[in-house]
Amino acid sequence: MDIKIMSLDKLPLGSPGRVKQVLSDSISRRRLLDLGLISGTRVRPIMKSPKSDPVAYEIRGALIALRSEEAKKVLIERI
Amino acid sequence: MGLTKQSTGRAALSEVFNLRLGSTDDIVVALAGNPNTGKSTVFNSLTGLKQHTGNWPGKTITNAQGTYSYQNKSYILVDLPGTYSLLASSVEEELARDFICFGNPDATVVVADATCLERNLNLVLQITEITSRVILCVNLMDEARRKNISLKLDRLSDLLGIPVVATAARSGQGLDELKATIAKVASGKVRPKPVKITYDNDLEALISEFEPLIQPIGGHELNSSWLALRLLEGDESLLRSIKDQLAYNLAEDEKLQEGLARARARLDENKGLGDLRDRIVTSLVKTAESVSKRVITSSEKASYMDRKIDRILTSKTFGIPIMIGLLGLIFWITIEGANIPSELLAKGLFFIEERLLYIFDQLASPVWLKDMLVLGVYRTLAWVVSVMLPPMAIFFPLFTLLEDLGYLPRVAFMLDYYFKRACAHGKQALTMCMGFGCNAAGVVACRIIDSPRERLIATITNNFVPCNGRFPILIAMASIFIGGSLASGLGSLLPSLAVLASIILGVIITLFVSKLLSKTILKGLPSSFTLELPPYRRPQVGRVLVRSLLDRTLFVLARAIMVAAPAGLIIWLMANVKAGGISLLDHGAGFLDPFARLLGMDGYIILAFILGLPANEIVIPIIIMSYMATGNILELDSLDALRELLVAKGWTWLTAICTMIFTLNHWPCGTTLFTIRKETQSLKWTLLSFAIPTITGIIICFLVASGARLLGLV
Repeated sequence: MDIKIMSLDKLPLGSPGRVKQVLSDSISRRRLLDLGLISGTRVRPIMKSPKSDPVAYEIRGALIALRSEEAKKVLIERI
Repeated sequence: MGLTKQSTGRAALSEVFNLRLGSTDDIVVALAGNPNTGKSTVFNSLTGLKQHTGNWPGKTITNAQGTYSYQNKSYILVDLPGTYSLLASSVEEELARDFICFGNPDATVVVADATCLERNLNLVLQITEITSRVILCVNLMDEARRKNISLKLDRLSDLLGIPVVATAARSGQGLDELKATIAKVASGKVRPKPVKITYDNDLEALISEFEPLIQPIGGHELNSSWLALRLLEGDESLLRSIKDQLAYNLAEDEKLQEGLARARARLDENKGLGDLRDRIVTSLVKTAESVSKRVITSSEKASYMDRKIDRILTSKTFGIPIMIGLLGLIFWITIEGANIPSELLAKGLFFIEERLLYIFDQLASPVWLKDMLVLGVYRTLAWVVSVMLPPMAIFFPLFTLLEDLGYLPRVAFMLDYYFKRACAHGKQALTMCMGFGCNAAGVVACRIIDSPRERLIATITNNFVPCNGRFPILIAMASIFIGGSLASGLGSLLPSLAVLASIILGVIITLFVSKLLSKTILKGLPSSFTLELPPYRRPQVGRVLVRSLLDRTLFVLARAIMVAAPAGLIIWLMANVKAGGISLLDHGAGFLDPFARLLGMDGYIILAFILGLPANEIVIPIIIMSYMATGNILELDSLDALRELLVAKGWTWLTAICTMIFTLNHWPCGTTLFTIRKETQSLKWTLLSFAIPTITGIIICFLVASGARLLGLV
């Protein structure tokens, strides 16, 4: 079984992933949790901004833009 | 409906909630919901007020209160800021939570976006944990229909245990039912029984053990199991609020503290289950997920088109060019479209001026009175209306359309990288957009930025974006000196580009100064940035254009009467009251002249800017009056006439450019300074907000003027 675990910022556009762990610290963490980014949530990068940072992700039906520093701290599993 | 009379100028200074009860019989209803769900539209529709709305998260920043009556009872509606959660990570969330907990609303309406229900349910569930008198208002049903999303609302009501009302507030659908439901819940006719949220087993056991210790505080309507969880979490802000609002210091309750310590120790034991906050939110999110699954049917295809458009609008190659092009197009339409109305207004108002002069003569009024009222007050008023009104009446509706569409967050999305490099927050792009309308409103908008450091940077630099009052100065200068003929469509191209270039310059200066501030007096690290990009919504074009046009017209007229007319009077006095043979105006201008020349302008221009502190739209009238008071031109009925006047006074293209630059870079207007003082609660930052744009203006004008002279260009 080839399970690919990586940080969210490495997920290619359009590829779905599932959240394994949110490693961000207190305030960012709370915000991400409130937006529904909990362990097991399906997430998919939809579009990049002109400089490839931030990237907009589809999270529970909403489009949320995250900077690469934040995306780096979210561990996902590619599905 | 975009920036309105009520959200700009002095109205932007409104207070954080201070409930104004008409009588004790008034029924208080709290309006909560995620950002950007059309909550403000619901509010406006119910109360008839016109708070600022627009399709980007976070623009309801001031707490609005309004009233409506239904079946002979009076209802007070309190519009809480949009929040994703009540678990207090920010000031808005604290405010919203405190109001729902301690403000004792008779009912709480939670507005949700029908196209994004699952995420919205998180907040609904949290609120139902606190109070049972909750009504879910599922708004934007028209958008859901457009996207082929169908919702089983009866099922939703059963699953949640609270009444659910479907609305499409923009077109007024569902509002009567909403009012009826609010009445029933507030009066107790309908008693919602919210379904209890179940957490994981260990947590549930802990809550039931700990809960009895909390009962005493719950003498208030506070739900004790909710409170138990908050205490376990150690929610500082809630402890403070309880102390303030209920005069109960939990730290002094020994039994409680003991129980708390024990419970916390137990929690630490099974840490393997994860952090307490994680567990709580996970349960909420999972509950929201399971409820949504049973209630929503949608097709993937619906958002396909939207995503495609989004990808193009934010792409590497097209994104920023499209943005600049769009802005340029808006300017072009504004300048081109304003020509004829301006001319007509000018001719009409000048005609009236002649008649007024005639009437005064007929009444054998003293010359000074006639001159003061007609040439001073009336003329300034006429100028402001004919030159300022048409461009603003066109620009604003267009900008509002863009806002309602949902394009602005995409702007923030594309520019965030540059703001990050300038050590500022991406949301600053949004506050700058607000600043386009009114810098005071832009400053208030800075509340959407959580980190105080970045908020200050956004506040101080907001003035580099030209507002309502300064825009027409740029357009007039550009049209006169950089335009050429005003008649043909192509003739508006150069002025539009010039204005666009000024805006871009303003943005660059903003980024530069933000970076400078970050490295010197406002040092710190960038905070986190999560921005929701709401779905594109089809704006109600006709409605927006008409409403915004009327609103803007009234606003400009009101400002003209309240600010321009009195200012005209004062300027006329200064121009005609003589001291030592020279008018006060000439004294002032003479004093400033050497300095002004260094900056490529003259004393009268700088004086005009100084006297224009109350409102920037009177700067040009002041210049005109100063020049005309020294004798020459008699008539001023078009921009051509203005050009003649200015050229006769020694203006060159350099003067125009330096004036444009200084327009962008000088102290904020009176209202804005007042707002900054209020928002920052600090004289120091207000003074800095005054100084920084001024210094930038002086430096840049000096460099441009000197450079042009040295190179022999002038």
